[in-house]
Amino acid sequence: MSTPDKPRRPAALLPPDHARDRPLFAVAAILVFLASLAGFGAAGAWQAAEGWTAQLSSELTVQLIAEDARDADADALDAAAQIARLPGVLSATARSRADAEALLRPWLGGAGLPDDLPVPRLIAVRVDPDAPPAPGAIEALLRDNPYEVVVDDHARWEAAVQRTAGAVRYFALGLVAILALAAAAVIAFAARASLAARWDVAEALHLVGAPDRYVTGIFQRRFFFLGLKAGLAGAGLAALAGYGLAHGAGAAGAVFFLPVPALGWSAAAIAPGAALASALIAAGAARLAVTGELKARWP
Amino acid sequence: MTLKPRPAPDLTHSRDPAVSFDSVGLRYGRGPEILSDLSFDLPSGSFHFLTGPSGAGKSSLLRLIYRARQPSRGLISLFGRDTALMPRDALPGLRRRIGVVFQDFRLLEHLSVFDNVALPLRVAGQPRTSYADDVADLLAWVGLGDRMHAHPASLSGGEQQRAAIARAVISRPELLIADEPTGNVDPAMARRLLRLLVELNRLGATVLIATHDITLVRSLAAPVLELADGRLVSQPRAA
Repeated sequence: MSTPDKPRRPAALLPPDHARDRPLFAVAAILVFLASLAGFGAAGAWQAAEGWTAQLSSELTVQLIAEDARDADADALDAAAQIARLPGVLSATARSRADAEALLRPWLGGAGLPDDLPVPRLIAVRVDPDAPPAPGAIEALLRDNPYEVVVDDHARWEAAVQRTAGAVRYFALGLVAILALAAAAVIAFAARASLAARWDVAEALHLVGAPDRYVTGIFQRRFFFLGLKAGLAGAGLAALAGYGLAHGAGAAGAVFFLPVPALGWSAAAIAPGAALASALIAAGAARLAVTGELKARWP
Repeated sequence: MTLKPRPAPDLTHSRDPAVSFDSVGLRYGRGPEILSDLSFDLPSGSFHFLTGPSGAGKSSLLRLIYRARQPSRGLISLFGRDTALMPRDALPGLRRRIGVVFQDFRLLEHLSVFDNVALPLRVAGQPRTSYADDVADLLAWVGLGDRMHAHPASLSGGEQQRAAIARAVISRPELLIADEPTGNVDPAMARRLLRLLVELNRLGATVLIATHDITLVRSLAAPVLELADGRLVSQPRAA
């Protein structure tokens, strides 16, 4: 006998539970939002450190000590010309007294400096970062000249920048890890609650011969998609926030000399990555929770 | 109705009883033993009744058979295998050989009657097209043909019981255990359901029915296990 009105599609074995899912969705989305922001912070610190370090290691500053009896501007031009010929040097530009005064203006004010104040001249040297001049080469080159120079290769600043950027980076990564753990714990708790609420489903499946992985798979799929949706929402919001922050910080950085978060393509991968990670963490946490519960109830 | 030949368990080669209890006792936690010194065999292909007053331990004995509980002592073998030595991952395979009709039905409220009855086949991974006609036929036979889209909450107790029985027999289990399977249906439907169980037994399944219904017990010349205060007071007699 054939019955024409047989149901064509089987109903879901685990019915939707909106009352429980909504708060969990909100909590997971917030955790993903915070984790994504932390991820953006780590990526920004990483890229900024790379940029700063590259800048510092490709530039030198030579300071020429002005002496009353000499024409410091002429000495600076002479030194720059000699330095420019050194292997590994891409360019050497002598800065005039006016340039030096302009650099000092934020600290000393707009009033003109006394003419007899010995203002050191600066020579900006760009070097090949892959083959820079040997350490001490500039000092040796200018040793026999009648003026005194001090070479600043920015090494101490580079180390400080590296340390600071590293600290920011690892702090942000630690924050990401803590938030991921928090998300996993919340979702594991929710999965246990969900299993407790729908124990009838697990029991019925178990008693008709469903292996643990079948029962677990139902809960795992449910939480995977819940984690994915929450992840997309949280990471999407974080991407918008990160974009706004980068632009706001760019404007602030120009005024206050703040480092500007540099969000490149690697940072753009954080949002979808966070959504996927959220789904995988949710599925994994649900799997562990349900498997443990099944083994505890049916040893 | 005739049950169609389906998974076709080969029972002819097996000399092992389907169920064997040897000095089995059961207690919950540190409480007193609620089942004591149970020793009996249910040969493959046999039909038995399990009777006894309320609280005698009938449901607990059934739980031991479908391994929802483990005995506190003694040995239980199912299809010749000691259940205590059975690895956990072998249990699903064991349970697929057993159909259970629960006293409280245990139908899933969010599934239709059709999906509830089809559950063992769905879990076994059979394609829906392979079992849809069989499920519909069985539901028609137990008088639920026009209720297959309904959900359990909208069914009467008797209808739920029939759906629970249909779920237990749909996969042609080798062993069927039923806890008061006719407790909520009228005598005519009770006879009809009993015929279904007899048909299953005729095809080779071992059947054990726990019941209070003396009329049901007397309607078949089947051996009876009688429990009182957790002990067997009447050993099976030959049919």
